[in-house]
Formats: sequence, C-alpha cells, structure tokens
Amino acid sequence: MLDRKLRRDLIRIWGQVIAIGFVIAAGVAVVVLSMGTLTSLRDTRDAYYERYRFADVFAYARRAPERLVAVMEDMPGVARVDTRIVEDIILEMPGMVEPARGRMISLPEGREPELNRLYVRSGRLVELGRPDEVVLNVGFAEANNLHPGDEIVANVNGRRRTLQVVGTALSPEFIYAIAPGEFIPDNRRYGVMWMGREALEAAFDLDGAFNEVTLSLTRTAIEADVIDRVDDLLEPYGGVGAYGREDQQSDAYVRSEFEQLATLTTIVPPIFLAVAAFLLNIVISRLIDTEREQIGLLKAFGYSDLAVGWHYMKFVLAIACFGVFMGWVFGAWLGRGMTGAYAEYFQFPFLLYRPDLSTFIGSGALSLAIAVAGAWFAVRRAVQIAPAIAMQPPAPPTYHKNLGNRLAVMNWLGAPSRMIVRHVVRWPVRAGLTVVGISFSGALLVSSFFFLDAIDEMLELFFFANQRQDITVVFPNPRADIIAEDLMNLPGVERAEVFRIVPVKLRHGHLEEPVGITGIDQTADLTRLLSAEGRPVELPPDGLVLTEQLATMLEVTTGDWVEMEVMEGRRPHVTAPVNAISQEWVGLSAYMDRLALSRLMGEAPAASGGYLSVDANQLQAFFDRVKEVPSVQAVTMRGAALEEFEEIMDETMVSMVMFYILFASLIAIGVVYNSARISLSERGRELASMRVLGFTKGEVAGVLLGELALMTFIALPLGCFFGFLLASYMVHQFSNELFRLPLIIYPSTYGRSIIVVSLSAVITGFLVARRVNNLDLVAVLKTRE
Amino acid sequence: MDPAPRSAFRVESLTKVYQTGETQVHALRGLTMDVEDGEMIVLLGPSGSGKSTLVNILGALDHPTSGKVFFHDQELTAFNDGALTAFRRENVGFIFQFYNLMPSLTARENVALVTEIADDPMEAEEALALVGLGDRIDHFPSQLSGGEQQRVAVARAVAKRPGVLLCDEPTGALDSATGIQVLEALETVNHELGTTTIVITHNAGIADMADRVISLADGEISHIKVNETRKPARELSW
Repeated sequence: MLDRKLRRDLIRIWGQVIAIGFVIAAGVAVVVLSMGTLTSLRDTRDAYYERYRFADVFAYARRAPERLVAVMEDMPGVARVDTRIVEDIILEMPGMVEPARGRMISLPEGREPELNRLYVRSGRLVELGRPDEVVLNVGFAEANNLHPGDEIVANVNGRRRTLQVVGTALSPEFIYAIAPGEFIPDNRRYGVMWMGREALEAAFDLDGAFNEVTLSLTRTAIEADVIDRVDDLLEPYGGVGAYGREDQQSDAYVRSEFEQLATLTTIVPPIFLAVAAFLLNIVISRLIDTEREQIGLLKAFGYSDLAVGWHYMKFVLAIACFGVFMGWVFGAWLGRGMTGAYAEYFQFPFLLYRPDLSTFIGSGALSLAIAVAGAWFAVRRAVQIAPAIAMQPPAPPTYHKNLGNRLAVMNWLGAPSRMIVRHVVRWPVRAGLTVVGISFSGALLVSSFFFLDAIDEMLELFFFANQRQDITVVFPNPRADIIAEDLMNLPGVERAEVFRIVPVKLRHGHLEEPVGITGIDQTADLTRLLSAEGRPVELPPDGLVLTEQLATMLEVTTGDWVEMEVMEGRRPHVTAPVNAISQEWVGLSAYMDRLALSRLMGEAPAASGGYLSVDANQLQAFFDRVKEVPSVQAVTMRGAALEEFEEIMDETMVSMVMFYILFASLIAIGVVYNSARISLSERGRELASMRVLGFTKGEVAGVLLGELALMTFIALPLGCFFGFLLASYMVHQFSNELFRLPLIIYPSTYGRSIIVVSLSAVITGFLVARRVNNLDLVAVLKTRE
Repeated sequence: MDPAPRSAFRVESLTKVYQTGETQVHALRGLTMDVEDGEMIVLLGPSGSGKSTLVNILGALDHPTSGKVFFHDQELTAFNDGALTAFRRENVGFIFQFYNLMPSLTARENVALVTEIADDPMEAEEALALVGLGDRIDHFPSQLSGGEQQRVAVARAVAKRPGVLLCDEPTGALDSATGIQVLEALETVNHELGTTTIVITHNAGIADMADRVISLADGEISHIKVNETRKPARELSW
C-alpha cells in the first residue's frame, strides 16, 4: 500500500522529479560521455599503435651506416629496428602564394616497414623502382584536395621534381602532423609523404645509410637505457639525441587532448551530483513536512521506523534511478557521437567504441549514494517524528523581530518586499544552498566559455606578443655567412632577424629536458621575451632565459645553473646560469644571446634561419624569389595557419561547450524550479490570502518570483567568482609542456554566463508563477495549514 | 428602518451549483436580498446552508452560477477577474476564521501590506489602535495570541476604509472572552466608520449585536429577524 502512495507522490510532483532527475542525468551523462569517449579513444589509439606498430624510441642522425641495425637489434630490450631516411622538402602548391613544407619519409623497397606502418586510405603504396611515386598523409591530401593520380611539384634537395601521388595513408606517427619548430598542425601547408627508399637515398646522397631510426621495445625494456645506448651508438654519426614516445610530438598532443578530457570528467560531474543531493534534500524535507500527519498515522498504525524511513528512501532512489538511467542513455548516445567526432578529428583509421561497463556501474552507484546522502537527514527527521507529534500541525514558522530587520534596506522596502527578504533570511541554509546551486550553473558556464576563449587567447598571445614574425625561413645547415642584411634583400622584407637553434639536453639535478636553445640578437624585436606580468625581459649577455614551464619542469629559478649537453657540432657539455624566466603560452623554450651561444658551441656566429616581417602586398614576389634560393629549406607563414587552426579547434570545442551550456542550464532550471515549487507549496496559503486581500496575480507572482530573483541576483556574482576559481583550476590542470592556458576571462564570458543563467531562471520562474493563477482562494480560507 | 436607505449590496436570484465528481451540490438556490449601507448583518445557519458561499460571492472571491449581485450600482457579476481583484482591493475588508496573517510580517506590516495598495487608507498604527492593539504593533504573528492575531486581521481589514467588511466565523477559533474582544473591534469599526459589516457565524449568541439577523438553510433565506436595538458586544455571551 505504501508503494502505491509512493507512486502517486511521484506522479503528483512529477515536475520536480523530472527536474532533479535531469540534474542527476546530466552528471551521470558527463561521466559516461567523457569516460566512455576517453576509454574508447584510448582503446582505439592503443589498438592503432599496436596494429600499425608505432615505435617506442626515435632517433635522428646526420648519416649513419645501415650496419648499425644489427648492433641495435642486439641491444637489451629492443624488439624491432627500422631505419629510414627522413628529409624536409619544399612544395609548390597551385593556388598558394607561399610554399608548403613536406616531410619525406622513406618506405622500404618491396615490403612494409618494420615499424610505423601505414593504413592506406586510398590508392596504394609506392611500387618498387618507381622513384617519383609518393603516398600522402590523409590530412594534407584532404586539405589540398589531392587524390591518387594527381601530381605535385617539389623542390627535393635543390632539384625541382614532379611527384606522382599514388595513395593516401594514415600513420600512427602523425595523428597530429606538425612541422618542425611549429606548435600547431597546419594540414594545408605541411604534408608528410612517403617515398621509396632508393629514390630518397639517391636524392639525398645517402646510399647504404639512414638518418633516422625507430625502435620498438620489449615489455621488460627500460626505455632510458635503450635511449642512452642509441645515443652513444649514433653520436659519431651526428645523432641529436634519441627520445621516447613521451617526447614524440604527435603522441604528446594526443595525450594532452586525452588529459583535458579526463580533467573534465573530474571537474564537472561532482558539481551536478552535489546540486542533485541538495535538491533531493529540500524536496524530501518539504514532502515530509507536508506529510507529518500521515507519518504519524502510519506509525500509529504500527509501521516501524524502518518501514517509514525506507518508504522515503525509496522515493529518493526512484528519482535517482530515473536520473541515472536517463544519464546512461544520454551519456552513451552522446558518447558515441562525441567519440565519432574525435575519431574523425584524430583521423583514426578505425574506431572502437567500447564504453567501460564499470563507468556505468560506478557513475550509477555514486549517484545513488550521493542522492541517499543528500536526503539522509530529512528522512532521519521523518523517522524520528513521534506518532503523537506528527498528528499535530507543525508549529507556525516563527519570525523574530531581529531577524532580517537588521538589514538597513528593510526600512526602504514595502511589505511584499519584506516578505521576500524575511522568507529568505528565515531559511538561511536552504536559501544559501539555492544560491550556491544557481551559482554553480554560472560557474560551469563561465569556465566553459572561458575555455573556448582561452585557447584562442593563448595562441594569439603567443603569436602576436612573443613570436611576432610573419614568416620564418630555415636553412638546411647553420650558416655563418648569412646575416640579417642578406635577408633584407629579399622582396618585401621590412625587418629581418637571424636566429640560431641548437638542440640540447638541459639538466638540473636528476631532471632532464630535451629542448632547442634559440639564440637571438640583443636587438631582436620580432621575438620578444616577456615576463609573466607582460613586461619585457632583458636578454642577458651570457646566461639563459627559460620559459616558466621549462623552469618549473627542471625545478630551477633565476640564479641557478643548468648543465647543457649540446647535441650538435662538437657536442660540448657546458654549464650556464639561468638569468631570467619568461612566460610563453605554447611549447617549451630557452633563449640565449646568439653570440654567447656561438661562443659556447665553440663556433663562429651562425644562423639557423631568420624571422621576417614582410609587406603583405609583396608576398608573391617574396615567395617567387625564395623558391630560387637553394639555401632556404623551409618557410612558414604563421597568420593563416593560426586562423585555420583556431577554426578547427573551435569546431571540436564548440560542440563540447554546447553540451556544457545545456547541462549548466539544466542545473539552473532544476534549482530554480524546485525552489519555486517548494516556495509555492510552503507559501500557497499566504499567496492566496494576498489574492483575497486584493493583490493582483502579477503582484502575488512577484512575491514568489521576487525571492527567486533575489537569490539569482546574489548567485550571479558568486557564480562568476566560482567560475573564476574553476577556470584557475582548469588552467592549472590543463597546463602541460605543449600548452598553458592564460587565465584571461573576457567580460563577455561573464556576460554570456549571466544571460544564460538569468534566462534559465526567468523562464523556469514563469512556468511556476503560472500556478499562482490556480491558487484556490476559497479553500485556503477555510483550512488551517 | 429609514425610508430610503442606500443599498450596499443588492442580490437577485443568486444560485450557485458546485460540481463535485458526479454529484451536484446546490449551495445557493435563487437567493434574493438587500444589504443597506452601514448595516451590520449576522448570517446564521448550519454548515452547508450556503452562508460562506454567499459571502464569497459578495466578496468577489467566487462566481455565481446564475443571478446578479450589485454593489452600489456596479454589477459585480459582470466583472472579469481583474476587475474583481480591483474591487476586493478597493472595497472589501476580509476577516477569516484562521486570521490568514503573513507570518513573515509584523502586526504593523500586515496592516501596511494592505494600506500600501489602498487609495485613502488610515495609518497602520491608527487601525491597530482602533482594535486595541496599539502596544503590540511590532510583534510577529507567532508572538501574538489567537485573539490578538484576529484583531490584527480586523485592523488589516479596516485600515483601507473598505466599503464593506466580510467576516467568516471571526470568532470560530477563539474562546468566548477573546471572541468578544474581536467583536468589540468589529462593533467599533461599524459604529465609527459606518462600514457595512456582514458576519457569518453559526453561533446564535452573536446575533444580538446585529441590525438584522438573516438565517439561511439549504441555500435559501429561512428567516429574517430585525433587532430594534443592538446589544453591545461586551454584553454578549455564549
């Protein structure tokens, strides 16, 4: 019989059941969605890596003999060894003013590579003895609308060649294809292509030699040992330091994305579940208040405390189960879509959508537990009601003279406004929780909008404050004979600065990071070193300037000395002081005076390339000229790449952020709806009395909504503040060696969040306010509450 | 009675039928009556006789099924919801069995709640003094006794100087001593402000303070008694 009561109660307050259910569902959905997406993507990546034999260790050398393969195969822990030739070339793309960069990777003749195998998306692999055939990575082919059968013109080691596209392929090595020295993928201007080994050996004069080796390890291998051995082996052949997957760029980017997804899973669902627990608490409390007599009656009939408690707990569980089930369905459904979108973004050749069963069970169990915890005290109160007491109506709410009257504003308010303020102050905990609940919604919105802005802001800051060149040119080898003035002679160049980049391993204590030290001139203006506060950092005459992230990773501060193992030229091991710390949002960098760097290297001052600012109207002339200069190996233009990257980021982020906006609105709606319904139920008599006294429906609804408006009004700034805290936390969580998010929250982010919360509150408020029309004026006068 | 007293309410053939489930309840069956300005009327009758229904319709809280009600020369039964609300606001003071005070407002503020929206109200303090509550004006309802609460309700009802005061069992929840205090307050208002007053009760002991006592039974007037002299409230007993 109690179950029948339960069912009818649930139906009677169906609006609140659904509102709370949705809040729980949102929390569960985010868990299922993001965990499901995350596990599916991880599984897919791992399977991809395994099936296509993604290598564990990578090493570049200038020119190493093939016989070293046998040595490496014998190293403990090494499973497979694959050598290849990797060279950068320049491509002439029709319809593009600027040249594109290409990375040529050799394929063994007549067989599949041992490691880093290709998934052929269209066409075929190159055939034996066809030196002009190439396979393109899918991203580049799609961005440039290239298909098997098309031709591309390339400058291969100074010779202009026409290459036949025979296929497109995906590689586990290039899930993100990012040009050397760059930080963002640009599929239009950077392509990876595979060519026959013999053709590349011939073109780059590397017969019987390789310049890159990749290795896979056995399960028990110690990666650091293998790296050391490979480094020792390759050092005489111009090795620049082997590295593991940890430092493999594409994998690092994929991992960084996964980390972000994982962080979202830890931040967002607790907010929803906390709000749901609070909502259940106030709804059950109210239900028990109105059912005191029934509870007393049940107990008088002989129902045990346990039976009464269980009855209300079942009520809680029913709502929670409804929410959990909805959350599972939505989460799985959205998860499939989201995983698909990510898989497309990552260009995985296949997709394993396998949400973990434990995610479902875990999210469900946690939600039920939190729901029960939220309602615990309310239910315990019901259990403790003595039969006799329960049969009497509860004491009327007592207001005290000092209550709320201390507020100076009270003197300025009319009686209805005083009712609002006193009611809020009378139940400070509930009002407080309502305010906090609404503010969580705002906080979630602020942090979601912030995330979108922060990514753009981060890139803009980096490219417009730190790295201000329009174009970067790179020489194949450091050149002592080229100075800035030479670059000024190119058409359209307004400013030119040369730089030297030296690959080093920086060590501090047991900490080591492979980085490139950029040597710039004292007069440099295109590259600007800025402190965390945005002030210029002076380039010291001798020491290093490290970016904050790098300094943190090496645990150094200004004044410390670091060891530098140079991986190029004479490979000196030196020490240098850290003279300053600068702030950059992207990548890990170290800077030094270019001349000091040369002294350290024991070489004449040289340039690895130049940073140029070029008149936008003369780009065509500039690039036409550069194509004829054999000493220029790579040219990158940043503005266009940045715009395209931001677009891609926005596309993938926008759908994620839209979910969060939807979910955040659900919180606001759930909290406001429940508060309004409870207020209406508690004050129905008062409000109906006001109608009898001649207050219009609008005025009476005003008292009901005024309370919500007041709480929403308080919640808005609080939500902005919580949003700021959440954003700070995200900045902290999302910072890695690739990216740091700047904690810059646009006023429009607060504005948009305030609008969404207010709109949710207003719409929900009016839905409830319509019930003022249905107040029974006659009945309320005849009954005692 | 005076030759041509102005009538406050004119009620013509009023019927009210409630549809509850499948049964029809005839609360009023073609009731016709006049209430004069300044008159004090006591409506007597057992439960279900239709007295509350009548007062609810006079007070613009309910619509009749048929028939007409005029207040002065306005036809209430032709009003829409908004006009009825305005009518209540301007002309009617209500007093209920269970006081219906706002628990979150003090005595003074409960009166002010009404005076703030009235055209020509008296001061809240003045209204409270009228019912003998001048010294407890800053107390919340929970700090007042039942009789005090009901007197606050009377003050609230009269503070806007309504044309008519409608009281539904004003002493129903009070002991007789306290009830008489409340009735004294009603008497004072009727005397001093000339407010037309209709009091519903099933307590015949109250009847002697009225100008006329109208008894209802089964939705019809069964008997009208005119008191030549009204008995002061303090002399009543039950």
